[in-house]
Formats: sequence, structure tokens, C-alpha cells
Amino acid sequence: MRELALQALDAAVSLGASYADVRVAHVRNRALSTKNGRVGRVAAAESTGAGIRVVASGAWGFAASDDLTPAGLNAAARLAVDIARAGAAAAHAEVVLAPQDAHVAEWVSPCRIDPFSVSVETQLAELLRVDAGLRANPGVTLAEASMEFTRDHQVFVSSLGSVIDQTRTLSGAGYTAHSFQDDEIQQRSYPNSFGGQHQLKGYELIEELGLADNAARVAEEAVALHYAPQCPQGRFHLILGSGQLALQIHESIGHPIELDRVLGSEANYAGMSFLTLDKLNRLRYASEIVNVVCDARPEHGPGLGTFAFDDEGVPSQCAPIVTAGLFTGYMTSRETAASIGAARSNGTMRASGWNRIPLIRMTNVSLQPGAQPLDEVFDVDRAIYMETNRSWSIDDKRYNFQFGCEIAWEIRNGKRIRMLKNPTYSGISTEFWNSCDAIAGPRHWTLWGVPNCGKGQPEQVIGTGHGASPARFRDVAIGGAYA
Amino acid sequence: MNRSELLTQECCHDVFEQALRAARARGVPDFEVTLRAHAAALTRFANNVIHQNVAESMVELEVRPVIGQRTARAATNRLDRGSIESLVEQAIALARAMEPDPALPPLAEHAPIAAVNRYFDSTARCSPAGRAACVAEAIGAVREAGHTAAGIYSTGESVEALLNSNGAFAFHGQTMAVFSITALGETSSGWAKGSAPDRNALDPVGLARRAAVKATKSARPREVPPGRYAVVLEPSAVLDLTGSLFADFSATSIEDRRSFLTGRMGAQLFGANITIVDDVFHPLQDGAPFDGEGAPRMPLTLVDGGAPKEIAYSRRAALRARVAPTGHGFPLPNEAGEAPQNVVFQGGDATLDGMIASTPRGILVSRLWYIREVDPYEKIMTGMTRDGTFLVENGEIVAGLRNFRFNQGLIDLLRNVESMSPSVRASGEESADMVVPAMKAGDFHFTELTRF
Repeated sequence: MRELALQALDAAVSLGASYADVRVAHVRNRALSTKNGRVGRVAAAESTGAGIRVVASGAWGFAASDDLTPAGLNAAARLAVDIARAGAAAAHAEVVLAPQDAHVAEWVSPCRIDPFSVSVETQLAELLRVDAGLRANPGVTLAEASMEFTRDHQVFVSSLGSVIDQTRTLSGAGYTAHSFQDDEIQQRSYPNSFGGQHQLKGYELIEELGLADNAARVAEEAVALHYAPQCPQGRFHLILGSGQLALQIHESIGHPIELDRVLGSEANYAGMSFLTLDKLNRLRYASEIVNVVCDARPEHGPGLGTFAFDDEGVPSQCAPIVTAGLFTGYMTSRETAASIGAARSNGTMRASGWNRIPLIRMTNVSLQPGAQPLDEVFDVDRAIYMETNRSWSIDDKRYNFQFGCEIAWEIRNGKRIRMLKNPTYSGISTEFWNSCDAIAGPRHWTLWGVPNCGKGQPEQVIGTGHGASPARFRDVAIGGAYA
Repeated sequence: MNRSELLTQECCHDVFEQALRAARARGVPDFEVTLRAHAAALTRFANNVIHQNVAESMVELEVRPVIGQRTARAATNRLDRGSIESLVEQAIALARAMEPDPALPPLAEHAPIAAVNRYFDSTARCSPAGRAACVAEAIGAVREAGHTAAGIYSTGESVEALLNSNGAFAFHGQTMAVFSITALGETSSGWAKGSAPDRNALDPVGLARRAAVKATKSARPREVPPGRYAVVLEPSAVLDLTGSLFADFSATSIEDRRSFLTGRMGAQLFGANITIVDDVFHPLQDGAPFDGEGAPRMPLTLVDGGAPKEIAYSRRAALRARVAPTGHGFPLPNEAGEAPQNVVFQGGDATLDGMIASTPRGILVSRLWYIREVDPYEKIMTGMTRDGTFLVENGEIVAGLRNFRFNQGLIDLLRNVESMSPSVRASGEESADMVVPAMKAGDFHFTELTRF
């Protein structure tokens, strides 16, 4: 792969690119699922190709191909340069990139048990064990369970002299019990919705999750929701479980801090951001107990956004985003960093595959754990506690959001007193984060994986990481969706 | 029109023969091959300049052995002999790891599939310079109106083929061009989008002007309180809002009791003016005339005069229900079964201007965004308005409005449709393109305001 990448790089430079980088990648994937006692999906896939990104005549060009013959790579390099030159006609200023050192490195993500070495029979047996556990409850009308494994081996080379070889192994698993009764569909998922938990780990993740051990409880909750009262409408204190809080961070902090979005690159599709440049180091984003980082370094944990180098050869970093409540940083690329006068990129450029251009993407955008024991977070006269996302929506500048959760409980004097169904809450991002008055400590902090974040045209779906522990918010609008 | 050179029928047969030989050599005579190829390029602009400019081409080979009611799927993008042999071996090993599935249908038989030509050489051969020239002209139209432009222009071609050891052979090639543009003003924005297999059917400058007019007219937006309003939804808003209904018109989804149609087939669920079909041959539709198992797509009347009438059946679901498959199955093995893919609403004879003129007080919605399902059985959806929301008073647009969040039941919406325009091919960002009208409906539930 290294030789192929260098050959494509030489071709691009010899055709006149003033800057070029090439990613050659081999991706292997396995996806398994079960539904109501039978195997649903058994699929394996492999993909190999090259993406060539150039600056020529001062403009960007990119071409990707799975033809890795010398002729195929030369043709792709030529197309990338031709595209750049065509675009230069409609460009008003030349591309300027923040400085970057060359790196020669090799990195392999930690993986204790290779998921591809575990037999498909073993993996399906685990899913069917979960399935049986869910369907042991006669109120469960649909049981779904899944596992997914990916190994992504990529060689990055650039005309700066970088040669970076990275291999990342990702695993994920989860399940959902659905219950249809009296014209109502309820569901409970474990350990999270949308395919469960996903991390940069091997099969050891599946063993850690205790999937089957939780099936009976999850099934019982799905059925019990039919008999629970509707979540009330009004303003209440809100406590969020860490899985739901991960998505809250993703939507109302992670996306707004993408500097390409702030500068208008996503205006036609994913939208822009309320975090205009004048707000940096001035906006009180959150209450003083809130600290958020964007941290791709391996020491942050095995997140879907953990790596050694991003897809333009910048080392992984920890960037402070919200510091004691103050907005202190964006996620940047080499180009956007230069445009705001930053000394260098903070390393968040990622592509969903060899065939797509890298964009600014969340790495691991995490809420740092707080100081309170979990009991103190719940120690309030009255609150609603919500767990596990069911719906999510936010406007195109990331002000107004609304989330629905699978389940809630009413809290009185620190105790759960009754289950509530169909909980939703809504708000304005900065008002919501400024209302945060308790965050549980590191013992309750989990680095969640969100596997389905979309951005860009053509759209790129990528996984992001979000660490969170349960937290409390004052006086939040609850229940409006069902009003 | 012309033919794609990405992946010829001869090449498909050649790859199939290689894979089948490899399968037979391993004692597996029942075998299915799917081949897909695409080449696409996209020019993206923002702040009035081209800032991303990309192209990709790739091929994918998927194989599926059937071994005594066991099956599995494996895919690669390498078509050399060694990769094909290795892929076949991997798929057979996966299938053998499965428990037998008594409900697994045998491979499809050969069936005649009506041809549909959606390949346009003008789209397939569009050069980067050709796209850049169109983009420059569109940016110019937005700048003339005093706004800033952002958007995309993409052109591409794709081929899909399915072959199996029962003699089934299905092949489809088509092109697609997409242009979308946002005009950004200081206090407002406007958006327009179009798509067509023939790029000459698109009018980028016309779309740019439409977006610019919306941005101009919605400048300095007013604020009106959330509540229930009469709405006029432009076709893109209808598309993105109603698109989530159609996965539920699926035999498997109803059997799984996750469809909102569970227990409701035949009921007068919507207004009598709502009739919806699925028709891959509709002149404004696109896509292959066969499904993931090679079965020909049949037309469906999904909703007839407000009552859900027909649903899609994969071959597996059809076997269980003892009916004929409709040609809407996903590639096997899968959990979801099947779904309509080519939805066409029967429109009306009203015009957008007429709908506005007949509205004493209401809201005109150009585009909806980030639409998600809040309640799966009542089909309550939430989302935001975006890029052109207007107050209508006494039959006229009187002001742009700050954007709303809505929480709206789709069953209620389609009960409350007062008038519709003729249907057009609509493009959005939340649903696949459909053929839908603009709609005027009463009692649309806006629940909150945002800050712009």
C-alpha cells in the first residue's frame, strides 16, 4: 500500500500539484444481526482504493479510484489535478494551509481479541442468546440484536514528506426489544439505541458489555412502558443518563464547533453555526462546572474518534472547547486554521473512506466528569430522569433542539418514584448548557460511540466519540412534542 | 441517450461465470451475483467560490450462495480472479456457519423485466469545466441579488446487475444530475434544488434565482408565536416530511408490528383526496426496474382515496403470505424485508399561488430540516423549517418569518389536506426523491421558535 500511495503522490506532483496527499486504504467489515429467533443479516465486505487530494492552480481537487494499477493511479491523479484547475476558474483566492511537520509513523489501535478471529458461529450464538432472553417476555413483539466489526488499514503520504500507516479496529453491539400493544409501540435498547455501544476495541468490547445479562430487564421495561403514565408537559429539572447526554453533546456542542460550518462550507446542506468568530473566548456557553474537550488522543480512551494522525497528517490532539463554561475553541483543519490565524490545525480532518475527501469531523467531543457523587446529582425535590435516545433534531444553526428518549422516571427527593413513557425535552443550546448544575464523577463516565454522524456533500457517515457522566439541568421544557 | 461503459453486460456475465465456477468447484450450485458500479463527480461551492471538487469511481461485487436453506452475503471491490475466488470461499464459509432458515426462498427464476432507459450521455460525460461554468453562472445570479451562494452540482452514472444460477439476469444503468443552491442574505436565506437523469432537464440559473428571491423576500424576518396554522408546503417540504411513511408499507414491517399500518390496512386513515402509488416506470421517477433479488418491480396502489390499500412483498414475505412478490425486496439476507422505492402522489389542479391566495392567515414553508420520528405508531414527526418561511395574510405573502420547530402527526396532516398542485419530481435532503405536489393543509402544529 505504501508503494501505491507514493506512486500516486509522485504522479500528482509531477502533473503540477503544489500540494498533494494520498490515502490508500483497505477496509474489512463484518455485520451480523438476529431478529425474532432467526439470523437476519450475515455480511462480510472488503474494499480497497486510493483517494488523491491536490492543490493545483491554487484550488482543491480530489479523485478516488479502486483501480490501483499504475495506469489507474495515474489517471486518478490526472483527474484530481484537472478538477482543481477547473475549479480554480471560480476561486477568488488561493488555498492557504497552516504549517505542518512531516511525520513518518506507524500506529495500531489496541485490540485484545481480534473480532475477525472469533467465529461467526460464536458471534451469532451470543446474539441468539440475547434474542431468547428478550423473547422470554411474552410482551416483546420484536427482538433485534446486532454486532458489527471493522478493520481500517490506511497509508497516508503527503508532499510534505509524511508517511503514516494506521490500523484501527472498531467493534459494536447492541439490541432492542419492541413491544406493540393497544395501538402503541414502545422500545428499550441496550446498552444504547442505534446499534448499542461502539468503540475502538476488539471483541473484548462485546465481552465487557454483558449483553445477555441485561436482556430480561430491558424486555421488562419495554413492556412496562405501556402501563406507565405519559411524561408530563411543563418545566422541570432534568437529569440525563450518559448515553442520552452523549448525543446532546454531539448535536449542541460537537456540530456547532466545526469551523468549516462556521465559515459557511456546509451552508447548503448541514447548515451553519451560531458560534460565529466573535464568540470565541467571549461566549458563556455553559455553567462554570462544564468543561468540554475535543480529544482524539489514545489516552482519552477507545473512542470512535481516537487515532494517532488525522486524514491530513496532523497528530491527534486535545483541544479545549468549553473551559469552566467559557467557549474556548473550534475544531479546525489546516485550511480553516490558517483562515483564522491559528498557528496550526488541531487535527480533526477525517474521511469516511478512501473514496471521500477529509472534512472537519468530531473526534471525541467529551464532557469532562464532574465532582458530584451520582446520589447528589439525583438529590433534588423533583426532576425527570431520562435514558436512551429515541429521536433527535436540531436547527441548522444549532440553537433549538428537541430530543425524545425511550424511558423516563419521575424523581422525588432523590428517589425514582414512577416510570414515565414518551419523554421529550427541548431548548436552546446555550441556555440548556448554562442550566447544568450537577455532573457525576469519573466512576460514572462512559465514552460512547455515535456510529452514524452525517455531514458533507456527497454525504459522509462517520463514527464519533462522546464521553459523559449523568448530569442535571434546571428548569427545562419537557413534553412539548406530545402537547 | 447512450449506454454506460462503466460495467458492460458482457463484463457482468464474465464475472458471474467466474464466481459460479468457483462456487460449483466448492460443491455449491445455487449462487447469486450482484454487481454495482458508479462514477460520480461533485462540485461544491460556498461563499461564492468553489471550495471542494471531487470525483470517485468504484465497482462492487456481492455474492450470495444458497446452501440448503442457508445463505450469507460477501462483498469486494476487487474483480481479479484471485479476489473473486477468495470472496466466493468466504461467502460459502459464512453461509455454512448459519442455522437453516426454513423461510428462506429459493433463488429467483428468470422473469422478463421491462426496460427503462434513464441513461443520458450528456450527464455521464459532463466535465469538471462544464460543472464549473454552470456553477459560476448560478453564483452570478445570486450575487446579482445581493446574496452569497453555497451549493453543489453533481453528475454521475451508475450500473446495477443481478445474475443467478437459476438463469435470472437483470441489468440497469442510469445517470443522475443534482443541483442545489442556498442564497444567504444578512438576515435570511433561500434554497432550491433539482435532480434529473438528464442534466439538460435542470436549470441551475433558474434554481439560483428562485433561491435568491426567497432570501430577498424573507429578509428581516418577523416573529409569530408557535401554534396551529394553515400551511402551504412546497413540494420539497412535502417530500421530506412524508417520505418516512413509506418504509411502513411493507409486509415484513407489518408482520413485525413496527409499522403504523399494523391493524389499519383498508381503514379510511387519510383524506379522500389522498391517492399514492409506487411506480418505477413513472416518467419522473428513477432507479432500477427490479429488486435486490432480481424480481421485477410491479406497480402498487399504496393509498387509494385515503385508505391504505397495497403493500410491498419481498419474495420471502410473499411466500409466507401466499401472494405474488411485488419486486420491492432488499438484497438477502436482511431484516427489513422490502419497501416501496418509487413513490408518486396523485396531485391536484391547484397552483402554489392559488393556495397562497386562498389563505386568510397561514405559513408558507419552503424547506424542512432534521426531521425525525417522535412516535412510530401515530407517526408524529419533529423537525425545523429552514431557508424561506413566510407569513401569509389575506392571500398574500406579507413577511419572512423566524424558523419554527414542528411536532406534527403525518396521519393528521394527510387528513387535513385542502388542496394540491400537480405532482413534480421533488428533491430534498431527508428522503429519496419522490413525485409529490405542493399541499395546503390546516392545523399544522408549530411548537417552538428558534433564534433566526
